[in-house]
Amino acid sequence: MAKRLFIFLTLLAVAAMFFDFASHFRPADKLSPLAEHYVAEGPQELGAANLVTAVVVTYRGLDTLGEVTVLFLSAAGVGLLLAGRRKREDAEPQEDLHPSSELVQTAVQFLLPIAMLFGVYIFVNGHLTPGGGFQGGAVIASGTLLLFLALPNAKLHHGIMGELESFSGFGYVLVGLLGIFLAGGFLDNRFLPLGDFGRLLSAGAMPLIYVLIGLKVGTELSVVLERFKGE
Amino acid sequence: MNWVGLYNYWIVIFLMMTGFYIVVSQGNLVKKLVGLNLFQTSVFIQYISMGKMPGGTAPIESSAPAVYSNPLPHVLILTAIVVGVATTALGLALAVRIKQAYGTVEEDRIREEDRNV
Repeated sequence: MAKRLFIFLTLLAVAAMFFDFASHFRPADKLSPLAEHYVAEGPQELGAANLVTAVVVTYRGLDTLGEVTVLFLSAAGVGLLLAGRRKREDAEPQEDLHPSSELVQTAVQFLLPIAMLFGVYIFVNGHLTPGGGFQGGAVIASGTLLLFLALPNAKLHHGIMGELESFSGFGYVLVGLLGIFLAGGFLDNRFLPLGDFGRLLSAGAMPLIYVLIGLKVGTELSVVLERFKGE
Repeated sequence: MNWVGLYNYWIVIFLMMTGFYIVVSQGNLVKKLVGLNLFQTSVFIQYISMGKMPGGTAPIESSAPAVYSNPLPHVLILTAIVVGVATTALGLALAVRIKQAYGTVEEDRIREEDRNV
């Protein structure tokens, strides 16, 4: 009882800290100088319509490299933690999981290519429309999840997944380094022509970087999902 | 007072307190992770709401002149979502291992097992 009361009081105290926010918040009527610069100069400087992508991929590209590294480390950690599972359970051979009903299987046959295609669409158009590499990668991974729902015994080809992931990670850093030698600095997108504003092939290396990130995130999350399924 | 117009922030407080309550009161590790994710989501909503300019649209350049919302919260939250996915995956993997080692994911029973050793 005392514990519940304590929890309740703590909740009240934390809520009170945010109360002022919810009762008196005034939205800023002017962008901060940094945001103003990104909004006003970004499209001319980098050629990307989606300003969020311009900031993520180029202005703060190094942070995004760190973000990809965090995701990679977490995928590696999941692999490390769940890798030992198989050996112990090997003593008695696992029974095959029941496949799903025909309804689910047919629906997945129909939806899987669309989900994958939609993921690719999202990361290819990341510099023009809402979306980008991480979002597209997540959609691709959800396609993999659909596959596992319909066919629980399905296996991903580890060789291909590993190669694709390492290739895209390596390519991302390589593109970043090309920015140092051919343009203004690490991950500068302007070593490729900026092209016409708003076209698919524009904004320099930005689509290239987002395609690489999308492939990396998609394969990484798919492998994580497979680990959780238990190979 | 503009309470109704600030309903985003009331949703934020509600979600945040729900998540916080789950984290401190539940003994089940998986439920704790769900609570953490709820808490995270409330922070995402708060940042995105704060970045909105009055009359502003999404920060995607179009031919018609427009007021754009602040793109910086969007960028921060994009990073936060990815890191959130990474930590959730790692936390769930730890929960799987704990379940294998102890046969349960309930905190009090894990402590009991530890005492018996």
